[in-house]
Amino acid sequence: MAHADTTHAPPAHPPAHEEETTTGINHRKLLMWVFLGSDCLFFGSLIATYMVYRGQSIVGPYPRDIIDVPITTVSTFVLLMSSFAMVMGVAAARNGNQKRLIQWLVLTIILGGTFIGFQVYEFNLFRVEGLRYETNLFSSTFFTLTGFHGAHVTLGLVWLIALAIMAARNPAGRPSDLDVDIAGLYWHFVDIVWIVIFTLLYLIGGFDGPPEAGHAAVQGWNWVTGLIS
Amino acid sequence: MVTITGVIPRPSTYTGLWSWLTTVDHKRIGALYGFSAFFFFIIGGIEAGIMRMQLVTSDNSMVSADWFNAMFTMHGTTMIFMVIMPFGATFFNFLVPLMIGARDVAFPRLNAFSYWTFLFGALLMHAGFLIGQVPDAGWFSYANLTAAPFSEGKGLDFWALSLQVLGVASLAAGFNFVVTIINMRAPGMSLMRMPVFIWMTLVTSILLVLAFPIITVALIELTADRQFGANFFNTAAGGDPILWQHLFWLFGHPEVYILILPAMGVVSEIIPTYSRKPLFGYPVVVFSGIVIAIMSWAVWSHHMFTVGLGPIANSVFTITTMLIAVPTGVKIFNWVGTMWNGSIDLKTPMLMAIGFVALFIVGGLSGVSHAVSPSDFQQQDTYYIVAHIHYVLFGGAIFGIFAGIYYWYPKITGKMYNELLGKIHFWLMFVGMNLTFFPMHYAGLNGMPRRIYTYAEGFGWEGMNLLATIGYFVIVISLLIFIHNFFRSIKKGEEAGHDPWDAPTLEWSISSPPPVYNFAEVPVVRGQDAYWITKREAAARGETVPAEPHVDPSTIHLPSPSYWPLITSFGVVWIAGGLLIDVGWDYIRFPISFVGGIITILGVIGWSLEPPAEEHHEAADHH
Repeated sequence: MAHADTTHAPPAHPPAHEEETTTGINHRKLLMWVFLGSDCLFFGSLIATYMVYRGQSIVGPYPRDIIDVPITTVSTFVLLMSSFAMVMGVAAARNGNQKRLIQWLVLTIILGGTFIGFQVYEFNLFRVEGLRYETNLFSSTFFTLTGFHGAHVTLGLVWLIALAIMAARNPAGRPSDLDVDIAGLYWHFVDIVWIVIFTLLYLIGGFDGPPEAGHAAVQGWNWVTGLIS
Repeated sequence: MVTITGVIPRPSTYTGLWSWLTTVDHKRIGALYGFSAFFFFIIGGIEAGIMRMQLVTSDNSMVSADWFNAMFTMHGTTMIFMVIMPFGATFFNFLVPLMIGARDVAFPRLNAFSYWTFLFGALLMHAGFLIGQVPDAGWFSYANLTAAPFSEGKGLDFWALSLQVLGVASLAAGFNFVVTIINMRAPGMSLMRMPVFIWMTLVTSILLVLAFPIITVALIELTADRQFGANFFNTAAGGDPILWQHLFWLFGHPEVYILILPAMGVVSEIIPTYSRKPLFGYPVVVFSGIVIAIMSWAVWSHHMFTVGLGPIANSVFTITTMLIAVPTGVKIFNWVGTMWNGSIDLKTPMLMAIGFVALFIVGGLSGVSHAVSPSDFQQQDTYYIVAHIHYVLFGGAIFGIFAGIYYWYPKITGKMYNELLGKIHFWLMFVGMNLTFFPMHYAGLNGMPRRIYTYAEGFGWEGMNLLATIGYFVIVISLLIFIHNFFRSIKKGEEAGHDPWDAPTLEWSISSPPPVYNFAEVPVVRGQDAYWITKREAAARGETVPAEPHVDPSTIHLPSPSYWPLITSFGVVWIAGGLLIDVGWDYIRFPISFVGGIITILGVIGWSLEPPAEEHHEAADHH
């Protein structure tokens, strides 16, 4: 920073032309809304894949053997509280209270990081208990869906850390309340997606066992083993 | 980290190779898209030629069955993802800011990122040719033909990962154009005053934004199966190959409209100009486009009638598919209604546009014939389907694209193309196109399956295949005339002037080619066909409207060129390319791929620390 050319430093205020939009909504904020719309379809497709394959795994471990609803309830609570901290951060930014902004951002980061910690613990535990990515349909769909959600949270953490550093270094200018607002939109979206995932994969699907006899998947499996024997 | 912007000084040249590599000017990016798309058009055309030569007679052995598989796979993939879509992007880039009266798109660097990512993704897919690993499972690559035991080698990995990269490019472009059109219109340009091309661009971009995540997930699942041993389409573990078909076509049917709606927008600009009449039923055309976009989400299973989804699903999708023909038909009536009683000037763009309408009707009607699921059972996987897709994509999209190229040629280059050569191009392409694809209807109804590399004599297919191959070469000749006309006219064409067609939209109010800043003064829009209004009012006063005079570009605040989009794109394609490394020790690809991730992250950091527009050292004070 010491020898940074001042002409390359970001302007303290966004250039005036950035403010003039047809709708009055900032370009970047609109971009974030469009991106979130797109991301809905992304998670929608992953969730649809999970639901199509729910209860169809031929070999174990099955969800009922391995899913721990109480622990994930705690981590879900932690993630939802991070959304609360984020709201407070956005409010602090809007009021121009940089000190409060930094405090709430740091709390959001800690809570989000705790959630990721839970997820790392859970993934590792599953691996130890014999559920690997290639084990069965449940493992492939579960790890892909929750893994991409975790990647979204991680990206959000990097973003929030960058904002916190900016706020700490430059108390007068950046990040603008708009910068915080856009990051907040993303953060809340990722939390909402987790509510859907928690409901479907843990509260509803967490007690699934093997497919019932007579199920198409079992018949298919019997046919395959019949061919081999 | 903060000093990165200082480590790499901002590019400052506006001429030469580096200026093209670092450009964020939407007009230059449009030109890059156009030339790249045409390059891949030639490659896809050569692939088509190899297939036509192989099928010219029965029991031919010019190419092997494997090579033929690779050819039809790459022909379809290239023409859809690397030709028609980037041609659409060419028009979006060049025209959207000009037509809505803006200086550039909302995110100029994201725009450059889209282009470079598209180019690198397309090159990555074709890199498979160099090492003999060419995808060969068809352009929709049905599971479980794509499973590792049935598709050995890296061909399908090239396909899946390159398509993923192309998807990133399309998504970024989609975000950019949605925001640009919603947020950057000139004062007075309300939604219902936007040119129809802008409407169709908006609808297409929204479809892109919503459809591409689905193929992204499908490709992630395919890649996970092939690279990491997941079970998504592994039948031995209970996986269902039909899931791939659902995901692919849930993306794939909106994609069909992503391909055709830009061409419909182009034609909706051209027909009024050369009929000297405003578009007949503007709100209906706009509304039809929106309805098509919404309904395109409810028809995907008509690609899967023979899968065995059951009579209820087949009936429902038969009905929705027949319904979507209604808004499409409405548009055709609007175009015909625009021409009705107009004073029609049959210049090359108008001929191409009328060709579009005529051929799209043929393709639309054959489409309705296989919307009816019992009839589709007879047509599925025959040349009848091949005939249909080429009537809508060649007769439709490609004719629309050439109509647009001729129409905006004077605006883009400042020169006038040769009208006689243009008309010869049109007629040869029109005749060649029908010669190639019309006989395929008969071949298909006579039972010729698609995707066979040869056929025994005695089925009576030789004559129709010979006609199709002759038609192919007629199309090739017409395209050679186009290439000659295009480059010769840039050098020797007459000066076109700013408004050679007396056109209704804002891009014609500025000089040709447009200055780097587009509009020195942001235009104010007072109705549909804004530039016609200006010109008619001037004519009532006995005046003519000259092009907007040039000003010194340094007095106008413009986005500055940047290295970061190029670097970030390079990182993205490296991630995909790393996973394709095949050197014996399997795990080397992950660290190599990881390096690409680091390049991408560095690119994003540099990008976000760099202001979108360099403050002008002298001119900054004027703001």
